[in-house]
Amino acid sequence: MSSAIEFREVTVRSAQGTLRLDGISLALEAGTVTAVLGRSGSGKTTLMRTVNRMIEPTSGDVLVDGKDVREADLIELRRGMGYVIQETGLFPHFTVERNVGLVLEAMGRGREERARRGWELMRAVGLEPQTFAGRYPHQLSGGQRQRVGLARALAAEPRILLMDEPFGALDPLTRAEMQDMLKALLRGLKKTVLLVTHDLDEALYLGDRIVLLGDGKLIAHLAPEEFLLSQEPAIVEYVRAFRRGERQAEKGGRA
Amino acid sequence: MSEFLARYGSEIATLTLEHLWLTGAAMLLAAGIAVPAGVWLTRAPQWARPVIGLANVLQTIPSLAMFGFLLPLPWLGERAARIAIVALTAYALLPILRNTYAGIRGIDPAVVEVARALGLTGWQRLFKVELPLSASFILAGLRTATVTCVGIATIAAAVGAGGLGELIFRGVASVDNRLVLAGAVPAALLALVADGALGLLERWFKVPE
Repeated sequence: MSSAIEFREVTVRSAQGTLRLDGISLALEAGTVTAVLGRSGSGKTTLMRTVNRMIEPTSGDVLVDGKDVREADLIELRRGMGYVIQETGLFPHFTVERNVGLVLEAMGRGREERARRGWELMRAVGLEPQTFAGRYPHQLSGGQRQRVGLARALAAEPRILLMDEPFGALDPLTRAEMQDMLKALLRGLKKTVLLVTHDLDEALYLGDRIVLLGDGKLIAHLAPEEFLLSQEPAIVEYVRAFRRGERQAEKGGRA
Repeated sequence: MSEFLARYGSEIATLTLEHLWLTGAAMLLAAGIAVPAGVWLTRAPQWARPVIGLANVLQTIPSLAMFGFLLPLPWLGERAARIAIVALTAYALLPILRNTYAGIRGIDPAVVEVARALGLTGWQRLFKVELPLSASFILAGLRTATVTCVGIATIAAAVGAGGLGELIFRGVASVDNRLVLAGAVPAALLALVADGALGLLERWFKVPE
């Protein structure tokens, strides 16, 4: 299997000189879901953003399908990747249908194709087009917005999907629903997915591979079952800390 | 009263149209300069302070002095209307510039980020996302500028540019309050109508969050 995304010694320093990523080398197999875990500030999002050049590495290379992303045309590169973020970033002045079709619109595709594809995708993410096509983002619930964001990311049939905490702002029930929907959707699509999350369970449920970052360094790159069984102190510590945080959140929720 | 209107009615109408022309031309010119300049500032924010500062300084020049300064300029001095339009444009720059800049900068960063990450070109981002989302803001700037300039345009009569100020100046000179009012009332009405119409437009472009 070839790697769809490859990081070679990727280091990123912020403008102030803070080390965000420290020599990350990592290859993601085509058609798999890689969940990137880590605490806040561990560099997860930074890593993801080097793939579509929202951030340029200070040193090292990022390769997509074996080609250095710096050699690709920036616009082409980005149109070839879906992008989903926690805040959704839906265009508030566009209807759901136009939001979903925006990348195709930007590529100069015709109205008919956009509408057909838009409706197809709305159905795929579980939004009845008859009801939702004409709505505006402010008329949607959080879960529905995230569905629109996902449909929009898939519109131009990208081979790569970048997702940054896509369900982080949703309540637990909606989140579980969305995870099921995404899992079912991805099964048929064979996309290479880079999913940034701080939710261990989400990573284990959706990921074919688990990456753990800590302070900008690669700590682990394992299959989910290996990850859980690992005796590596840094991994054990992360899992334990996550569970503790979860228990506290539950207690806090009940109080 | 009716006798007064019969005598001055057509002159008031002509001067109102002149007033409208001076202000309208200046607003178009100012928008044509300040909106692109405001957009440029969002691309080069290190220039925002000096450029907006300059526009601010222009606005502090007393209007009578501004008309006076422009009088000796070669191409401008020949026609008083040109002086008036240039001066009014200078006053209108700041509110439009400031609101364009602030309006675009104020757009939800997630929206701008996604527009970039999904591969919109710079122009597509501007015309499909940034300008539509800041349109009501930009129009609010234009509204402020218009209302201010309808008032300032009355001073343009001092350099012979015409407009409703002519009646006001004549009224003051001849101690005739009716003449002063004949200039002031239509000018005030113009400002109110412009304010209302642009306000409606502004609301029309407002995007619900």
